[in-house]
Amino acid sequence: MKESIFRILTNKQIAHDTYEMILRGNTEHITRPGQFVNIKLDGFYLRRPFSVCDLEGDDLTIIYKVVGSGTEKMSTLVPNEELNLLTGLGNGYDTKSSGKAPLLIGGGAGVPPLYWLAKELLAEGKQVSAILGFNTSNEVFYEAQFKKLGVSTLITTADGSYGIQGFVTDALTNLESFSYTYACGPEPMLKAVYDAAETSGQYSFEERMGCGFGACMGCTCKTLYGDKRICREGPVLVKEEIIWQG
Amino acid sequence: MARLTVNLCGIELDNPIIPASGTFGFGYEFAELYDINCLGTFSFKGTTKDPRYGNPTPRIAESASGMLNAVGLQNPGVEAVISEELPKMRQVFDKPVMANVSGFSIDEYVYTASRLDVEEQVGWIELNISCPNVDGGGVAFGTSPEMAAKVTAAVRAEVKKPLIVKLSPNVTNIAAIAKACEDAGADGISLINTLLGMRIDLKTRQTLLANTTGGLSGPAILPVALRMVWETYKAVKIPIVGMGGVSSSEDVIEMMLAGATAVGIGAANLIDPYICRDIIQTLPETMDKYGISNLKDIIGGAHG
Ligand SMILES: Cc1cc2nc3c(=O)[nH]c(=O)nc-3n(C[C@H](O)[C@H](O)[C@H](O)COP(=O)(O)OP(=O)(O)OC[C@H]3O[C@@H](n4cnc5c(N)ncnc54)[C@H](O)[C@@H]3O)c2cc1C
Ligand SMILES: Cc1cc2nc3c(=O)[nH]c(=O)nc-3n(C[C@H](O)[C@H](O)[C@H](O)COP(=O)(O)O)c2cc1C
Ligand code: FES
Repeated sequence: MKESIFRILTNKQIAHDTYEMILRGNTEHITRPGQFVNIKLDGFYLRRPFSVCDLEGDDLTIIYKVVGSGTEKMSTLVPNEELNLLTGLGNGYDTKSSGKAPLLIGGGAGVPPLYWLAKELLAEGKQVSAILGFNTSNEVFYEAQFKKLGVSTLITTADGSYGIQGFVTDALTNLESFSYTYACGPEPMLKAVYDAAETSGQYSFEERMGCGFGACMGCTCKTLYGDKRICREGPVLVKEEIIWQG
Repeated sequence: MARLTVNLCGIELDNPIIPASGTFGFGYEFAELYDINCLGTFSFKGTTKDPRYGNPTPRIAESASGMLNAVGLQNPGVEAVISEELPKMRQVFDKPVMANVSGFSIDEYVYTASRLDVEEQVGWIELNISCPNVDGGGVAFGTSPEMAAKVTAAVRAEVKKPLIVKLSPNVTNIAAIAKACEDAGADGISLINTLLGMRIDLKTRQTLLANTTGGLSGPAILPVALRMVWETYKAVKIPIVGMGGVSSSEDVIEMMLAGATAVGIGAANLIDPYICRDIIQTLPETMDKYGISNLKDIIGGAHG
């Protein structure tokens, strides 16, 4: 973990209520896709956690959805403003266990971490496919970016206004076999993927956080491998250890 | 830097800064960031006789200049604290540490405090009779002078290390409770624990915390903490560890002027993990600014 100041390079809307922010700063503590950063915002007491969407040298990309007053405030920030970040948080995805043909499944604000993950898996010579699910057509983002990497990408929308109609699991039948699953998204989506996918996999969870680095015990969940802090031993859990709370 | 030293119940602290229980774990997360031996000491996570998972999530909610928590005393239990956490802690912290103890009965308090009392690393026992987030536990002992005195006397009879009793602000007469603890044999008082509060989500119309209520901490509670430290200082002769919303070297000085001998820092560690180190570094400069040559001289200084 590291606390450091990042400078905003760009902050632009890429879909309905969805923004991409590129920040420059010291990224040396960010080691794995699936990790997150915790951002201090003027006027808000708690930091806001966001997954690392991409990393290129000193440049860090996050994609955030405006859901409340903190993300609303973020959407008004302009280039050259500075933000205090805690970086290198969380365990991140392990790419080694993916097999030859991993499938990435993302829902809405859960799509961002899968982008950097896809890059890493491709760099390891794997054949990567992705199903990205959204509510409706104007919320879809990063389809072109995933395709440009060489990921065979399917888009679903719940209302059928774009791509395949339905949820991410409805697109599973459109795929040839895959070796492993990486998932990030709202919990009902994770549960549906868990039930539908026959392969092993890694699932990224969200929880309300006090600190984001393991000090407050605010984010604990039960797993078959013992109690874990989502911010430290998570946010990524392996399929075999997950316990679903009601 | 002798100008920062204070004496807490017979143990000399290099400076009055004490990360507060529940916001500093057992120290290692912070030891990755800086040498935590710069601290006066720290109070480790509230420990109970048996392991506790704590409350369901969400356990955390935000509020203006503060946060609510309803962690519910998650800890591995006193045996694991002694066999696993303390040896690991020794690698990163070589000063006496403050052992924060909670319980659900007087027997449990006595048991846990006695187990920790004999550990060489433990400098003080901090008896948390003020956790607002567990049913029937903690706070039940902290809201009446009689109960507070009873648990203090029972633990006092069994432990040799200095005994500090941590009080709840969710009471009408803090001074009476502090006095009862002093009379029952406490060597020090720490306060305040968190203030009971809640938040409701407008979208779902449900409480934000799964536990319904939680404890408020952070800058929002500083004035309440100052007032309670002030009242306690008037009522007792034993030293006070003042806490609640402290986030800067100025706040530390204010807390000491109200009557604190040492100063706890809680929620601020969660937002800025370097805050205790930074406060210790900036204290001399802030003291110079206000013409303070020695911190010991200002304890209770606002009482005239
Ligand atoms: C590990 C992790 C990675 C995340 N990655 C992304 C991402 O890449 N893109 C994205 O759009 N969102 C992501 N989120 C969710 C994001 O943190 C929340 O949407 C954001 O904190 C909301 O802030 P707000 O002030 O707008 O909302 P408010 O509801 O006003 O926030 C109030 C409080 O609740 C917390 N909170 C609200 N929603 C969530 C949530 N879903 N998860 C955790 N805390 C929450 C806030 O941090 C704040 O402390 C991630 C969450 C976690 C835990
Ligand atoms: C996440 C969290 C967990 C806490 N856990 C404990 C605990 O286990 N034992 C205890 O005595 N106090 C606990 N507290 C209370 C703090 O030690 C402190 O008394 C309180 O937060 C007020 O100080 P602050 O405003 O600086 O945070 C906790 C506070 C927070 C925020
Ligand atoms: S958010 Fe504090 S321990 Fe995870």
